[in-house]
Amino acid sequence: MTKQPERIFIKGNEAIARGALAAQCKCFFGYPITPQNDIPEFLSKAMIDAGGDFVQAESEVAAANMVLGAGAAGIRAMTSSSSPGISLKQEAISYMAGSEIPAVVVNMTRGGPGLGDIGPAQGDYYQSTRGGGHGDYRLFVLAPGTVQEGYDMTIQAFDIAFRYRTPVMILGDAILGQMKEPIVPWTPENVDPEPGAAWCMNGKTPDREKRLIKSLFLEEGALAGQNKKLMAKYKAWQDLVEYEAFETEDADLIVCAFGSIGRIAKSTVRSLRAAGHKVGLFRPKTLFPFPSAPLLEMAKQGKRFLTIEHNLGQMVDDVRLAIRTVADSDFFPVLPGNLPTPDEFEEPILNCLEGK
Amino acid sequence: MSEMQEKLVFDRPEVVIDRPTHYCPGCHHGVAHRLVGELLEEMELVDRTLLVTSIGCSVFLYNYLNVDAVEAPHGRAPAVATGVKRARPDNFVFAYQGDGDLASIGMAEIMHAANRGERIAVVFVNNTVYGMTGGQMAPTTLIGQKTTTCPAGRCREHEGMPIKMTEILSTLGGVAFAARGSLNSVKNIRKAKKYLRKAFECQTKGLGFGFVELLSACPTNWKMTPVAANERIEKEMIPYFPLGVYKDATEEGGAC
Ligand SMILES: Cc1ncc(C[n+]2csc(CCOP(=O)(O)OP(=O)(O)O)c2C)c(N)n1
Ligand code: SF4
Repeated sequence: MTKQPERIFIKGNEAIARGALAAQCKCFFGYPITPQNDIPEFLSKAMIDAGGDFVQAESEVAAANMVLGAGAAGIRAMTSSSSPGISLKQEAISYMAGSEIPAVVVNMTRGGPGLGDIGPAQGDYYQSTRGGGHGDYRLFVLAPGTVQEGYDMTIQAFDIAFRYRTPVMILGDAILGQMKEPIVPWTPENVDPEPGAAWCMNGKTPDREKRLIKSLFLEEGALAGQNKKLMAKYKAWQDLVEYEAFETEDADLIVCAFGSIGRIAKSTVRSLRAAGHKVGLFRPKTLFPFPSAPLLEMAKQGKRFLTIEHNLGQMVDDVRLAIRTVADSDFFPVLPGNLPTPDEFEEPILNCLEGK
Repeated sequence: MSEMQEKLVFDRPEVVIDRPTHYCPGCHHGVAHRLVGELLEEMELVDRTLLVTSIGCSVFLYNYLNVDAVEAPHGRAPAVATGVKRARPDNFVFAYQGDGDLASIGMAEIMHAANRGERIAVVFVNNTVYGMTGGQMAPTTLIGQKTTTCPAGRCREHEGMPIKMTEILSTLGGVAFAARGSLNSVKNIRKAKKYLRKAFECQTKGLGFGFVELLSACPTNWKMTPVAANERIEKEMIPYFPLGVYKDATEEGGAC
């Protein structure tokens, strides 16, 4: 990793776009939707300047299928969208999972269901971590909580996508996308110049067999074999879980929150700590695979849990699954349409701490 | 015994894999595959070719052509091919689609890939039905034609008119070549091959989008013998879907 000296002050969306460039993403395909438009707008020039290509597709369906094509050709490709657009991309995402095509899909979520609103929300947690499209598959899901993480995780996403031949999702939200922060950009040193060379479609030469990239498995037992292979891949991801544990060591209560809400909750935890309350924060950075084991460890130490999310209660299911043998988690919903302040979390956290 | 030796005048192109196909007797998908295979060899494109297959009876084209291939979701082949070509501009990229695939679910993708002038070729097999799913009505089903979902015959008031894709696409700026051929007779097959060559050349010369529609038989879903199916193409399909070149920018130096 070569750290570049200068710090830059940019939006979360731009950080993701710049991260893609640093990861040597060569193709971007998108379709406009708020609040992620800064990503395609930035890349429409930058990607071409970098010798790659950019297409504003006719729809999210087409954009995701363009990524499918570029990924099958072994090229680092990305698309980004927001909630309703991600629903349309699910067809291609399922095909990419089934055909083992690497790709990075960014979801800067907004409020739903339906057209909802364009404000921040985390209502797409289930959709992201349970596959989202048809069939039996999972996505690798990264949830940045800061603009710097938006940059770092985009670089990481391409590495995981190609290492495991899988679509990887970056799950941000309107807060992260529109927020400006200083970041330190960096360039990864070992980006494979021919990422898919060993398996991708690049033209059959006489010295090798032709390559087929497909998700149709009709012969007896073939699909079972493929799904077993996928299952093994998802299991191996368990080694890649990442999370932030802040002031958790001696905490009586652990606040579980991800992404922007995790970052806001961190401020609340910090001020409650200053006032002498024994609270800590657990912020998963990978939502799938979910960091269940460290949570269970904390539960075994007798800690209590409160999950805060910008939705009606989705990640709380994963928290409960992780700790179910010894503990449970309370839940506090943040409803869409507003940007919560750290103060708003004080009361629910103190109530929970006092067992109310 | 005569000393005369047999001379082989007609052989299988090597890029077409030597195996029985899964197509019904009299189906024209196999003929279309062969024409494509012959051209890939004649134009020395085999090593560079990246094939995008679609959904329908022809999904297994990748089992018959010895080239690298990817399978697209139903109707999305032009978008997938766009991604492949943008990722690997030096390769030869073509998609192969049926009429349900291209003219129904994939209408947006074909229109926009064509309009952008993607440097790809699309082979469009029009047999006026959904073959694989059992003979339902397609956007190209002729007026009066009976299918499992228009059992009384397609009627203009209820289902609208059959869509003429080649005519529509030839109006788009990015299209360099658009033609309609037919696979019902030797004469028409020869012409169809010429059209395919031109469409492929549009890409190798970087001129724009190349499109060839091929009127084809689906004897099974038409409930006809192969011979009667060929006659149907001549008598019923060609009058509504006239053959010929609708746009040719190969001589004019490009579409866009
Ligand atoms: C999203 C989706 N919808 C429907 C289908 C089912 N399906 C499979 S093949 C097919 C019809 C293909 O017809 P056509 O393109 O005319 O090709 P043909 O079989 O006639 O060669 C359909 C609707 C599918 N696979 N995916
Ligand atoms: S159903 Fe029709 S299109 Fe499909 S293989 Fe049979 S004849 Fe060909």
